[in-house]
Amino acid sequence: MPGLSLLIPLDWAVCSGEHESFPPGVFSFCSRPLWDGAPGWVNNQVAQAVIGAAIVIAFWLWVAHAQKIVPSKRQFAGEWIYNVIRNGIARDMLGHDYRRFLPYLATLFSFILVNNLFGEFFLFMFPTFSKVGFPWILAILTFLLYNGAGIAKSGFLPYLKKSVLPAGVPKPLWILIIPLEFLSNFVVRPVTLALRLFANMFAGHLVVLVFVVGGTLLLTATEPGNGMPTWLLNGAGGASLVFSFAIFALEMFVGVLQAYIFTVLTAQYVSSALAEEH
Amino acid sequence: MLPVLEISGSLNMIGYALATLGPGIGVAWIFASVINGTARQPEARGAMLSTAWIGFAVVEALAIIGIALAFALR
Repeated sequence: MPGLSLLIPLDWAVCSGEHESFPPGVFSFCSRPLWDGAPGWVNNQVAQAVIGAAIVIAFWLWVAHAQKIVPSKRQFAGEWIYNVIRNGIARDMLGHDYRRFLPYLATLFSFILVNNLFGEFFLFMFPTFSKVGFPWILAILTFLLYNGAGIAKSGFLPYLKKSVLPAGVPKPLWILIIPLEFLSNFVVRPVTLALRLFANMFAGHLVVLVFVVGGTLLLTATEPGNGMPTWLLNGAGGASLVFSFAIFALEMFVGVLQAYIFTVLTAQYVSSALAEEH
Repeated sequence: MLPVLEISGSLNMIGYALATLGPGIGVAWIFASVINGTARQPEARGAMLSTAWIGFAVVEALAIIGIALAFALR
């Protein structure tokens, strides 16, 4: 079942064999080895993730060193981004003990943001998270974080009880509520978290590919095809390439939005794991 | 069969097109509510928008899972 490799990272099911460059499909997301004869995991996507992490670390070190009371432009820009995460996400969602989770949230936001923007920038032109293995790992980290925070706060069994059984449910309904809440809190949450990020990036990159690759094919067409004269094909190709800039702009917005939403939902899950019973 | 009527491709995409209807209405409803709320109380816009984005993400997940499954299930 080659399609299933979308949801489980199994490259070999899709990437073996030759493919046409148009229409784009699942195979368009196959990795390339960084150099000839490199081991399978040394590919462009892993390299992108590592470069993304390096950019994030370098950025935060750069804006955080030599801080002054009167901030420079560099420090001001860094503090502005930090404040968006600190006040707009962490403090809004988590309340008074947001500080413990702030480093994770800030890292998550900046890492996802940088990797999503890779989809629109030269050298990369590929959003790392359109490969499903990467969002799975982030979702697992978030899963460990919010469950760990809940267990650390109230102990294993009380936490489990609190998360599968909302207060005030009458006994006959327990048989229905407990499996549902268990599914919702421990299965659906991390799965949708990963799938949302992955599928947004995947769908966005696919649309970009349709416009850019299809536009290039049409623009460079040299003979009439499908009953259309060459000039019409070339004109359509040019129009599609111009329109692809609008798609790129939309994708940049989606990238920022998804980074924000992943972080907000992580904070939301942590806050619901920490919440007291009412 | 007339050659004109030959349609090829994946039926999944038609299923996906149907599946976008629900999230489409949902997302429209969320932002319609934000517009309504902003018209009633303009200073609450920021608070409403940040909640709206979360709601948007949750609703949009349906459409997005739809497109993933449209490719995944053959």
